[in-house]
Amino acid sequence: MRVEQISVFLENKAGRLAEVARILSDTGINIRALSLADTSDFGILRLIVNDNARAKEALKQQGFTVGKTDVVAVEVEDRPGGLHKILDILHRANVNVEYMYAFVQQSGSNAVIIFRFDNLDEAVKVLQANGVTVIEGDRLYAM
Amino acid sequence: MMFNVEFETLPREALEAIQLRRLQAVIERVYATVPFYRKKFDEIGLAPSAIRSLDDLARVPFTTKQDLRDNYPFGMFAVPMDNVVRIHASSGTTGKPTVVGYTSRDIATWSELMARALAAGGATRGDIIHNAYGYGLFTGGLGVHYGAERLGASVIPISGGNTKRQIMIMTDFGPTLLTCTPSYALHLAEVAAEMGVDFQKLRFKAGIFGAEPWSEQMRHEIEQKLHLDAIDIYGLSEVMGPGVSIECIEAKKGLHVFEDHFIPEIINAETGEVLPPGSTGELVFTSLTKEAFPVIRYRTRDITSLNPEPCICGRTHIRMNRVSGRTDDMLIIRGVNVFPSQIESVLMEIEEVEPHYQLIVDREGNLDMLTVLVEVGEHAFSDEVRVLQSLEKKISKNIKEYLGVSVKTKLVEPKTIARSEGKAQRVIDNRKI
Repeated sequence: MRVEQISVFLENKAGRLAEVARILSDTGINIRALSLADTSDFGILRLIVNDNARAKEALKQQGFTVGKTDVVAVEVEDRPGGLHKILDILHRANVNVEYMYAFVQQSGSNAVIIFRFDNLDEAVKVLQANGVTVIEGDRLYAM
Repeated sequence: MMFNVEFETLPREALEAIQLRRLQAVIERVYATVPFYRKKFDEIGLAPSAIRSLDDLARVPFTTKQDLRDNYPFGMFAVPMDNVVRIHASSGTTGKPTVVGYTSRDIATWSELMARALAAGGATRGDIIHNAYGYGLFTGGLGVHYGAERLGASVIPISGGNTKRQIMIMTDFGPTLLTCTPSYALHLAEVAAEMGVDFQKLRFKAGIFGAEPWSEQMRHEIEQKLHLDAIDIYGLSEVMGPGVSIECIEAKKGLHVFEDHFIPEIINAETGEVLPPGSTGELVFTSLTKEAFPVIRYRTRDITSLNPEPCICGRTHIRMNRVSGRTDDMLIIRGVNVFPSQIESVLMEIEEVEPHYQLIVDREGNLDMLTVLVEVGEHAFSDEVRVLQSLEKKISKNIKEYLGVSVKTKLVEPKTIARSEGKAQRVIDNRKI
């Protein structure tokens, strides 16, 4: 029930994001989802791609610091209140969300949201117990 | 104005006679009491009795900061600890500081020389001295303090920091002499302006500034903004502390070295050869009268030259020009000596980071800012912002605790720190002094 996400350390200066995109493009990697967290000094680019191992290798070879984290992809009803419902379930179970971002594509009539939790297993258990669909990595990468 | 007219105006011949007598005595004493010196002398077969003229000093081996480190903490002391009444310390090149000691007579000598220095800068017993040098292990604060009391002036032991309060005290107490680092003087001017306090309305007539390198241009700026005569003072704890040399207010051109207590030499930093007057090279000091911590041919790593020409103030003591640089990579940040190797030691103790770093020094406003760039490798990296931010904070905090200097830590991508010829360039100093 885990999805692999890679993260890249970026200095906050011109052209760094473009450089990552160029390397992934040259390697033939497709970006499925991304989010950028930044401070005044640096940024952390989080990516879900169709081939983690190759993406990671290519970026490392070009001198980037790359990390790997497990996240959870959740189907959210694509209508008002869809996200709230999920967050409400998590809140009531006292599960802390580190960060989250939206997936580019839809899964049928549902949107997909990527969540990073402190306690991933506990979060997945809570979500599934409440009838929320958690998407497998393989299915997600191929979407 | 001279504090000790007799000794400050001694004719050359008499001065040199005193120097030789004192040199012979101190050489005899360190040979008898400090194993380090005895070993150094024995190694080259030099007997203390072979020092028959001042020229013979050139035959004596040098003492380096590394030697002081090797004998940490008290191995270079020439008297039993019973006779040591004060201990000071300055930054070492790595973790351990350089430790110096004083007997009560050393404190008296230092007080006299600082009184001479303050007087050369225009101070009299009627003055109120606002002493904003740091009090503590650093010699600046207490050095000026004892000199001011010896002179009979009133001293305000304000120490460093808390700038707004300093301005209030300046306004209310009406001090006439300011002592601090030159960059802090400019910072005081800036904060005073923000508070609507006009230095022209304060009572300062002179300021005695040191503990960091500065320039003629900076002198003009200080004099304009603070409305006082800005005087350069020099010293280092290994030799004594502040008051080794001082500019006279009459000429403001070169710093008189108190030659009845210290012998300065200029050497070629590579060969160790003594250079003739006027040549630029590394400054070397021998202390003639210190009891607890005598230093023989101590290499300061400061680059300057000596000027033997007579001075209009009447002092016969030789003048050293402003220090123009260092022969090592020591930085002076807001008066605190910082070696890149010390920063490296701190980084090595933080598990996550590799010691790939660079130091960037800027002067923002009038204060030195040290930024430490640290490369983020896989061990340190996280996908969470707060983890990386707390790493930055941890690095800054450890450096502050260890070196006493505030720094900004900035994480950078691997291999962004320029490496020239395989060796990383550790320091980029953007200050225009």
